[in-house]
Amino acid sequence: MSQTPSELRYAVTHEWARREEDGTVTVGITDHAQEALGDVVFVELPDVGTVFAAADDAGVVESVKAASDVYAPVSGEVISINSTLEEEPETVNSDPYNDGWFYKLQPADSSELEALLSAENYQQQCEDE
Amino acid sequence: MTLLHTPLDALHRELGAKMVPFAGYDMPVQYPAGIISEHLHTRQAAGLFDVSHMGQIIIEGPGSAATLESLVPADVDGLADNRQTYAVFTNAQGGILDDLIITRWSQDTFFLVVNAGCKTQDIAHLRAHLSGQTLTVLEDHALLALQGPAAREVMHSVCGDAAELRFMQGRPAVINGVNVYITCSGYTGEDGFEISVPGAAAANLARRLLGEKLVEAVGLGARDSLRLEAGLCLYGHELTAQIDPVQAGLGWSISQPRRAEGERAGGFPGADVIFRRMVDKPALRRVGLRVNGKRPVREGQSVLDESGRQVGEICSACYGASVGGPIAMAYINRELGLPGTKLLVVSRGKQLPVTVTPMPFNPQRYFRG
Repeated sequence: MSQTPSELRYAVTHEWARREEDGTVTVGITDHAQEALGDVVFVELPDVGTVFAAADDAGVVESVKAASDVYAPVSGEVISINSTLEEEPETVNSDPYNDGWFYKLQPADSSELEALLSAENYQQQCEDE
Repeated sequence: MTLLHTPLDALHRELGAKMVPFAGYDMPVQYPAGIISEHLHTRQAAGLFDVSHMGQIIIEGPGSAATLESLVPADVDGLADNRQTYAVFTNAQGGILDDLIITRWSQDTFFLVVNAGCKTQDIAHLRAHLSGQTLTVLEDHALLALQGPAAREVMHSVCGDAAELRFMQGRPAVINGVNVYITCSGYTGEDGFEISVPGAAAANLARRLLGEKLVEAVGLGARDSLRLEAGLCLYGHELTAQIDPVQAGLGWSISQPRRAEGERAGGFPGADVIFRRMVDKPALRRVGLRVNGKRPVREGQSVLDESGRQVGEICSACYGASVGGPIAMAYINRELGLPGTKLLVVSRGKQLPVTVTPMPFNPQRYFRG
């Protein structure tokens, strides 16, 4: 059974978003997503400074089986990326919610986070798939 | 369409396999360990594969060798008992209808293993060309593949008789009172065995093999990446009805006695076309590609030369866990096929640099004695 931490918010496209104490938002893909993808072998991250609207293309995650687009769950500017994923993409499988994070955003509108799915609703969506 | 299930279906589920439809069967693509881990385990110790979806066929009766030779360019007549050969069914245009392994059980009895996706068509094709021989499909048999450097050690403890087999040899054997036929073959590039076993006894045998410390269950995902690293063709990818054996780089499968100058020259469908190809050389050739980076390439993507002109297409691609990066096979213009040639692959709008690489990507380790 996949993990769905209750303190995170979720996009229907299987990204998670965590509001940090400094107001930034960390983004990654969910445990459910990494499990469905299988072994991750490549992650394409956005450039620092890129400005996203919610649901914009924000990179690609490629597994042994398939390529899958990653979307920005909320709008904002990319302020840092997890460059360790370039050499160790398998971290997305082993620790999707911590060491496997993708990038951090300075959100344009912090209320957008509240519009994302709760853990409970996201879990329901996964069960319905 | 309802999916078929192999005799190991319950075991796969018990092991936590992710099941996917494949050639009409519900098959394990991976177990919880994952494709990369299963791949590496097979290279380092031993993997157990359920390949029961493949067709197992017996052709029996006087003239069986000649009948088979009328359909494939292999030296079937020259096979000794309990020896096997790789072969392709060809069509009148020289294209490949399927690839298969033929084992001679005795003078007039041959055991064929064909691809799951082609087996209905293969059986009809064989039946249409029989001249008094009988064809039996072993519907109730499973096929297990035990592959990897530890496979022989495991076979020693399970069936000592079979542990002496060399590459492309086979023998009947008894395991736990059950009659099986074991060959020293497989499709991973490793030493290993394939065991044809009655379906009712298959799960017990699989459990016994998995009970050995060195053996782990391996799914179709790793089977594909293992065969690709070994430079082996997969029907529907490298091999199709439009591709002849010469273009596919399988000229070696046209046995000496069946070649233009051989003692039993031709006599298989498309022989004239294939003989001409051996002289003229096809415009395209099958090559290995190594990606210069970590971003994977995929089947169907275009291959360009350095000036951006399209020169071919990828037919199979995977993450080569043992070579440590993405690899592919492609058909490209013959003159660009030299190892070391720099090319580009168009992947999701990006041009990725790749290098033509000799195959196998990972050394084959067959036991030839």
